[in-house]
Amino acid sequence: MAALGAALRMTSLPGMLKEAGITALVATALLIPVVGFKIVNRGGDQFLDTRWPEVAIAVVLIFVGRIFLILIRNGQFYMPVAGGAVVATIGWLAPMPSAFLKLVAITAGLVIVLRAVFAVFAVRRRQSSGHEIGRGFADNYRRALPWLVCAMIIFALAMPFLPFSERRLVDIAILVLTYIMLGWGLNIVVGLAGLLDLGYVAFYAVGAYSYALLATYFDFSFWICLPLAGLFAGFFGIILGFPVLRLRGDYLAIVTLGFGEMVRIVLLNWVSLTNGPDGISGVPRPSFFGLEFKRYPPEGPESFHQFFGIEYSSLHRVIFLYYLILILALITNYFTRRIRSLPIGRAWEALREDEIACRSLGINPRNTKLSAFAIGAMFGGFAGSFFATRQGFISPESFTFLESAIILAIVVLGGMGSQMGVILAAVVLIGVPEYIRDLQEYRMLAFGAGMVLIMSWRPRGLLSQRDPTIRMNRVGGQAR
Amino acid sequence: MTVVPLLEVEHLTMRFGGLVAIDDLSFSAESGQITAIIGPNGAGKTTVFNCLTGFYKPTVGRLTMMRNGEPWLLEQLEDYRIAREAGVARTFQNIRVFSQMSVLENLIVAQHDALMKASGYSALALFGIGKYRTAEREAVDLARYWLERVELLDRADEDAGNLSYGAQRRLEIARAMCTRPVLLCLDEPAAGLNPRETAELNNLLVFIRDEHKIGLLLIEHDMSVVMGISDHIVVLDYGRKISDGTPAQVKNDPAVIRAYLGEDDETAGERAG
Repeated sequence: MAALGAALRMTSLPGMLKEAGITALVATALLIPVVGFKIVNRGGDQFLDTRWPEVAIAVVLIFVGRIFLILIRNGQFYMPVAGGAVVATIGWLAPMPSAFLKLVAITAGLVIVLRAVFAVFAVRRRQSSGHEIGRGFADNYRRALPWLVCAMIIFALAMPFLPFSERRLVDIAILVLTYIMLGWGLNIVVGLAGLLDLGYVAFYAVGAYSYALLATYFDFSFWICLPLAGLFAGFFGIILGFPVLRLRGDYLAIVTLGFGEMVRIVLLNWVSLTNGPDGISGVPRPSFFGLEFKRYPPEGPESFHQFFGIEYSSLHRVIFLYYLILILALITNYFTRRIRSLPIGRAWEALREDEIACRSLGINPRNTKLSAFAIGAMFGGFAGSFFATRQGFISPESFTFLESAIILAIVVLGGMGSQMGVILAAVVLIGVPEYIRDLQEYRMLAFGAGMVLIMSWRPRGLLSQRDPTIRMNRVGGQAR
Repeated sequence: MTVVPLLEVEHLTMRFGGLVAIDDLSFSAESGQITAIIGPNGAGKTTVFNCLTGFYKPTVGRLTMMRNGEPWLLEQLEDYRIAREAGVARTFQNIRVFSQMSVLENLIVAQHDALMKASGYSALALFGIGKYRTAEREAVDLARYWLERVELLDRADEDAGNLSYGAQRRLEIARAMCTRPVLLCLDEPAAGLNPRETAELNNLLVFIRDEHKIGLLLIEHDMSVVMGISDHIVVLDYGRKISDGTPAQVKNDPAVIRAYLGEDDETAGERAG
């Protein structure tokens, strides 16, 4: 492969056309059966439709794309960048048979531009020392981090009132923030303590069901149920943690996966308590210090819009929920940051590095692991009760293995242990697919493609920077 | 013997299925002395360490540590309590530093127990209650002391995994010392070191013995270390003790020469006769 690459390094025009032609030919052979035919239902009968325009456009795209890739390989820069931009613009403006093809064309153009830029960077890095550039980026990132954090918090606080914010965007932001919070919670278990937990959604479910059951059976308010749900989930974390204390790595992952499923199946079958697959509906909504978000509140307390003397709007509750999850997520983040520089947090990280060395230093691995499980689970429980109060309806269907996998993907793609990485990964994995929901089934394809791209470009996660929790020499910034 | 030794090993036997790794071994180690355990490969030296530090539970035997005038029966303690309560610290034959944590963090983690107590098991310090700040500063001071000793002070904020092999070995010793042990067990500390580093290691171990008056237990193949600094040597072969005494005594013990050089009984007999 490498020898072939070297031989083709400087390719002439006929060689280029030949190579692109072969690629297009292979693509055609693949595209005709995969894209060319479509089975449709018309009046109960099934017909075979053809989609030749799509195939033709895709083949042209592949041919052109291959040529640009060859040019990049030959050391060209401006031509591929311009060409990629042209492809993206054509994809954006020209009428296409389907929205998906439009997306593919735009992405293809952008990928070509990115490849060209990366190629230039790679050459530069090879010329100077590669290590230097990596360190330079790390230093810049570290210096910019406080400003970045400030800017993000201000943006997050102002977000619901910005001119472009419509209801749908705030809803998506709530969803993204929920996953950010779950990611930060799981980060304690996976990123810090190094315990690969594939059943994190179990604690999310325990939190959601504790809130729903306590609120519907005992009429407790959201603010009483929230800590209780967290405590229940943390308790569950300890119970599930005990049997897996001696397991590590893959074995731990398999057992936690099983536990996650067990919790879901119990919820599904314990009909007398959880109402089984029908779920619990009518979960009470949270109130703003006792003020409810209702147009016509039942007699007694005023509702939110009456108290403040403003017009009723269904947006009030959405914005309130947004701030609620924002605060919960920020608490999770603050807690994690703080605990990293406390003895227990350092012991978690040491445990991730080497359990045997920990034992030889007098660290009790049992208590350390259980505390990581419990605290991670507690934040999962908080997120779960928020989920229940936001949806107003929960059923076991919301807590499948896929959820665990997505949360874990957010942590891993963001860079294990990185707080900022979780934000980035949650926006990329949850926000973007949700925003392009019009693409229906293709959004899962985009999700998968995004994962593959991140893993091939940044195999250690988007941001995998780890700062020491304490410094001897304070030159590199203050101890954090 | 009137004085109770720091560590007393009596009739230690360890079997793995049918294999007898250690057979009825008894020896003792004193405070302020370096005790070396030597022997050919597979003689059971590391197994003795693993029994002492609780990684294995011995099949038979009693291991008594004296700390603050109190006896601790090591064979009955869990491994992390041996380090925490009986004051036994160890290093490993294959280095086990926390490679993705900084050098300083490695030494702070070693003081986990004291910091946990000072921080109210981390719960109080989370809300800024208690004297965790002071305790942490003291922990950093102890870490600085040992980093100076092992000449790693200028690299305190680097990832431990980026250190060279020799530096990681020194870091491991510093980390073990940060647990404030009364007995330090070193599993082949000179393995992979060049002669200059070995000489520095000798100085460090002698310094620990003379300044801190703790006991050192040493497994080593490098005879320049063993003969140069040990006060007392125990020789194992096939899990049995074949010699026990000062370096001069052990060096001239025919049983030791036989075990190391593989002299057969006939030639040994001729020379004796």
